[in-house]
Amino acid sequence: MKKIASAICVSGVLAFCAGAVQAADDVGGRNLAAACAACHGTNGHAVPGMAAMAGMDKTYIVKVMQEFKTGKRPATLMHQIAKGYSDDQIALIADYYSKQK
Amino acid sequence: MERREFIKLASATAALAAIPGCASVGGGKSIGRVVVVGGGYAGATAAKYVRMWGPDIEVTLVERNTDFVSCPLSNLVLSGGKSIKDLTVSYNKLGSKYGVKVINDEVTAIDAAKRTVTLARGTALSYDRLIVAPGIDFMYDTIPGLSNAAAQENVLHAWKAGPQTVALRKQLEAMPDGGVFAISIPKAPFRCPPGPYERACLVAAYLSKHKPKSKVLILDANEEVVAKKGLFTKAWKDLYPGMVEYRANSELVDVDVKTLTAKLQFEDVKANVLNVIPPQRAGKIAAGAGLITANNRWCGVDYLTFESVAHKNIHVLGDAILAAPKMPKSGHVANQHAKVCAAAVVALMHGEAVYAAPVIANTCYSFVNETQAVHVSAIYKYDTAGKTMASVPDSGGLSSAATDIEGMYAEGWAQNIWADMLG
Repeated sequence: MKKIASAICVSGVLAFCAGAVQAADDVGGRNLAAACAACHGTNGHAVPGMAAMAGMDKTYIVKVMQEFKTGKRPATLMHQIAKGYSDDQIALIADYYSKQK
Repeated sequence: MERREFIKLASATAALAAIPGCASVGGGKSIGRVVVVGGGYAGATAAKYVRMWGPDIEVTLVERNTDFVSCPLSNLVLSGGKSIKDLTVSYNKLGSKYGVKVINDEVTAIDAAKRTVTLARGTALSYDRLIVAPGIDFMYDTIPGLSNAAAQENVLHAWKAGPQTVALRKQLEAMPDGGVFAISIPKAPFRCPPGPYERACLVAAYLSKHKPKSKVLILDANEEVVAKKGLFTKAWKDLYPGMVEYRANSELVDVDVKTLTAKLQFEDVKANVLNVIPPQRAGKIAAGAGLITANNRWCGVDYLTFESVAHKNIHVLGDAILAAPKMPKSGHVANQHAKVCAAAVVALMHGEAVYAAPVIANTCYSFVNETQAVHVSAIYKYDTAGKTMASVPDSGGLSSAATDIEGMYAEGWAQNIWADMLG
């Protein structure tokens, strides 16, 4: 019984830790995405003139950013911006924007 | 340990530590007050984002102007393409949408020990954390002829958008065809590095249409054009042949206001319209509060929080800070400072760890005529070893050429960043 209790306790802590890591990623995604918001709108809600990222599919955002990064997708400016971000950072930003309503 | 893992661990530890004291979020109870001084690109953004990310934090913004007027795009007022109204945005939504208390007043003193600010008209405000975004002040003491207010109304800076911008446009309208418009540029660093060169383009755009025998003379204290050099020199040559003359190493020593003469070290230059952008330092309130720590001009900060290196619980943003190398004093960068600071202020007030890997961007458009623009872009990330923000290698860059599509993006940039600050 004691064993079971401690097992529950440990898994509880693990679940909590996983939650905390997710929370840290969420804050990271939020903070990184906030830089993009100057052009692409607060939380991705752009006004006309720029691409609105809110609610965009995560895989699609990652794909487009990778295409900017490699030069496959033509751009005036985004190819220069995309090269400033690691793959992990792009994934966090894409995840954040995909979750905005 | 990888940096990202370290951040996760640090944040997780902080999250665990924070649980017992978890404040009620959205329950209406305030956990403290942030006062923001100055509602420009940095201050307005900070006020909005602190409320958005910390709804249990009370935010008061003190701004002396009744509306926000953008410096970026204001050179288009000189060419005639825009009016000041096009660049003006209300502060109302900060209150109605985000619950920021906006006070139209001026902060005259900061007491860091008591954590209070004094207002010119209203009663003093107390704060838990203060965000100071005072912009720049002009060092008129370096130009004796411009030391009085009357002289400053004849020889304009037009480097804070508003009445001066309109007055400079009027001077251009009154200038005879065949006259000389001279613009004096101070040694870097100054607010908006490409701005003076953009101004030369847009004044030339107006003159070439209406007063084609006139001349634009650029008197630059620097050794060379300090931003977008190739793009601007190409624009002067291709778009305004024979009209724009650029002189490097031409630092202004004094001005004779009566004869509109710019006095340089080795020569005097007479103009019909003389536009002097004076050397600059952090806005006056920063000096009074003891926040200036570098060259008697700029405020040193910790780049993870933008907290002053001189005073705890006071953060400084925007053009007033001692910027990291290669980081320009631009509206876009000020907006980015504000978000790093807002995240840190919210974390600190909740007893959580500060995000340790901020990445920020600069995107800066300049018009070379009424429709075509060029840009410079950069990405900076926190450099743990140097405790600074450093450019990410191989990122950022310049336009390949001036185009109409970038002119449209420049407009889109403005509408979006204004909405990000105030909408």
